[in-house]
Amino acid sequence: MAKTYPNGHRAIRHVDLAIDEGEFVVLVGPSGCGKSTLLRLIAGLETPTSGRIVIGDADATGLPPQARDLAMVFQSYALYPHMSVRDNLAYGLKVRRLDQAVVAQRVADVAAALDISALLQRRPAQLSGGQRQRVALGRAMVRQPKAFLLDEPLSNLDPALRAQARAELRRLHRRLGVTVVYVTHDQEEAMTLGGRIAVMRDGAIEQVAPPLDVYARPANVFVAGFIGAPAMNFVPATLAGIDAPAGAVAGIRPQDVVLGASGQLQAVVDLVEPRGHDHLLHLRLDASGVPPLLAVVAGGAPPALGAGVLLTLPRERLHLFDGRTGTRLS
Amino acid sequence: MRSVGSKVTGVAGAALLTLLLFPIYWMIASSLTPESRLFQSPPLLPSTLSLDHYRALFDERDFLIPIRNSLVVAATTTMVALPVAALCAYALARLRFRGRGVLLALILAVSMFPQISIVPPLYLILRELRLLDTYPGLVLPYVTFSAPLAVWLLTAFFRQLSPELEEAAMLDGASRLRALWDVVLPLAVPGVATAAILTFLYCWNEFLFALSFTLGPERYTVPVAVTLFRGRYQVPWGQVLAATVVATVPVALLVLTCQRRIVAGLTAGASKG
Repeated sequence: MAKTYPNGHRAIRHVDLAIDEGEFVVLVGPSGCGKSTLLRLIAGLETPTSGRIVIGDADATGLPPQARDLAMVFQSYALYPHMSVRDNLAYGLKVRRLDQAVVAQRVADVAAALDISALLQRRPAQLSGGQRQRVALGRAMVRQPKAFLLDEPLSNLDPALRAQARAELRRLHRRLGVTVVYVTHDQEEAMTLGGRIAVMRDGAIEQVAPPLDVYARPANVFVAGFIGAPAMNFVPATLAGIDAPAGAVAGIRPQDVVLGASGQLQAVVDLVEPRGHDHLLHLRLDASGVPPLLAVVAGGAPPALGAGVLLTLPRERLHLFDGRTGTRLS
Repeated sequence: MRSVGSKVTGVAGAALLTLLLFPIYWMIASSLTPESRLFQSPPLLPSTLSLDHYRALFDERDFLIPIRNSLVVAATTTMVALPVAALCAYALARLRFRGRGVLLALILAVSMFPQISIVPPLYLILRELRLLDTYPGLVLPYVTFSAPLAVWLLTAFFRQLSPELEEAAMLDGASRLRALWDVVLPLAVPGVATAAILTFLYCWNEFLFALSFTLGPERYTVPVAVTLFRGRYQVPWGQVLAATVVATVPVALLVLTCQRRIVAGLTAGASKG
C-alpha cells in the first residue's frame, strides 16, 4: 500500500502489514515517519494512492470510516465538547440505532470498567487529562468494534499517569482480547505495550517483530538505534576487534559495555549522568573519528571525570551491520 | 497617573456613546413630540409627550402590514439561506477539491455587484416567473445576495473547529452529514447565530429590491412603506420617526439579547478536550 498526498509528499512509500485478530501491534517511529498516516488509512480517514486494505475477509479500501466498524482514540481525545460524558459514550450506539436499554446497559458497563461512572453527567471540559483519556477509551470500547486504533493516546498525560494508563491498557487488552493498532513515537511505550512492534521510517516499515526480538536482533542500524534506551553505540567493526567485511559497523548497547581492570579499548570519562540505581557514562575513545561511547555501569562510586578506563565490547553482545546499507549481517 | 488615564478613557467612552446614541434618542424623543411642536427650536428634553404619531401609524396607515411583510420575507430568507450557506461553507472548509479558492472568490464576487445594475434584468426575470409583488419574488434575490456573506462567515468558523471531532463522529458510525448536524453545528452555534442575524438584518433593511419588485401597499416592506409616507405637499415626519422606532427597537433588542448568548456560547461550549 502507498499514499502520496496531493502536494507530492509521499507519506507512505510501501507498507505491507498483516495483523492477526486479537493482536496488539504498535507502530513506532520518529515524527513524520508515516505512522499516523498509516493509522488514518486503516481508519478510512485517508484513501490510499495504491494498494488495498482488507479488514476481516472483506476489502475495505473504498469504504468510508463509518462502514469499517473500527474505533479510534485520538491524540487530542476529540471528545464532543457539547455533550456529557454519558452522551459521548452513547453517541456511537445511538447513531447505530441500538435499543435504548442496550445503550444504557453498555454505557454503564464500560463506565464501571473504566471507573468513570461518577463522571457521566460532566462535560469534557470539567474533566482532568487522565479522565478524558479514559472517556475517549470508553467511547471506543462501548462500540465493541472489530479493532481499536489508538493514536498516541498517552502523550498528553503527565509521566506518572502515563505509566499507570499504560499498565491499564495492557490489562484491558488481555481481558477484552481485541485487536489493537497503537501509534507512538515513544520506543519505551512500544516495548512495554506491543505484542508485535512495527518500526517505521520514511513511510516504510523497517522491521516487524515481537519487542524483545526487535531489541535482541534489530534488522538494521536505524532500528538498532531507535529501539532501546539509551541508544545503541556504533563503532567501526575493526575497532571492536572482530573479523568483518570491510566497512562494517558494530553496534553495542550501553548496558553491554563492560568496564574493568583489563580491556581491549582505552577511553576517558567525559561525563557522568547519575541515574540512581546506575550511572550513564559518556566515554571518549582514544581512536579518532569515533563518536563518544555510552556505557551504563552499576551504582556505587562512578569513575572520576577525566579518569582513564579500560573497556571490553563482548563479542556475543555485538550487532554487526553492513556499513553501506545498514542492514544486519549474520 | 493611572487614574488620570482611566478618567480620560471614561470621558472618551462616554463621548463616543453619546455620539452614537444621540440620533436614536432624538428619533425616540421626536416620535413622541406632537406635530405642532416638531419644528420649533427643539429643547433637549421634550416638554409634552404624545402617542399621536404611533396612533396614526397603526390606525390610519395600518403599519402592521409592512411589518408583517418584512418579518415574513426576512425570516423566510434566513431560513432558506442559512442551511444552503452552512452546507456550502462546510464543503469549502473541509473537502479537498479542485478550484476551491476560485469558488470562494466567485461566491464573494456575487455580493459585490452593485445592486442597481441587476434590478432591470431581475425585474424581467421575476415578471416572466410571475413573481413580482410576491414574497418569493423578494426572498429569491435576497437569498442570492445574503448567502455569500453567510458562506464566508461560516467557512471561517468551521475551519476553526478541530477536524478530529468530525473524524471521531464518523468512526463512531455517523455519515458526514450526520457529523455536521450532531457535532459541527452545535459547536458552531455562535457563528450560525451571527450569520442568521446578519442575514435577517440585511433583509429587514433592504430597500432597492423591495421598492422595485413590489407593486402595492399589500406587499411593501418597512423601508419602502416608510419612504412612501411622504405626501405630495408634506412629509409627516412625526409618523416617519415613529415608524422608524417601531422598525428599529425590536430588532435592536433582538440583536442585543442574541449577542449575549453568542458571547456565552463562545466561552462555555467550545472548549475542546
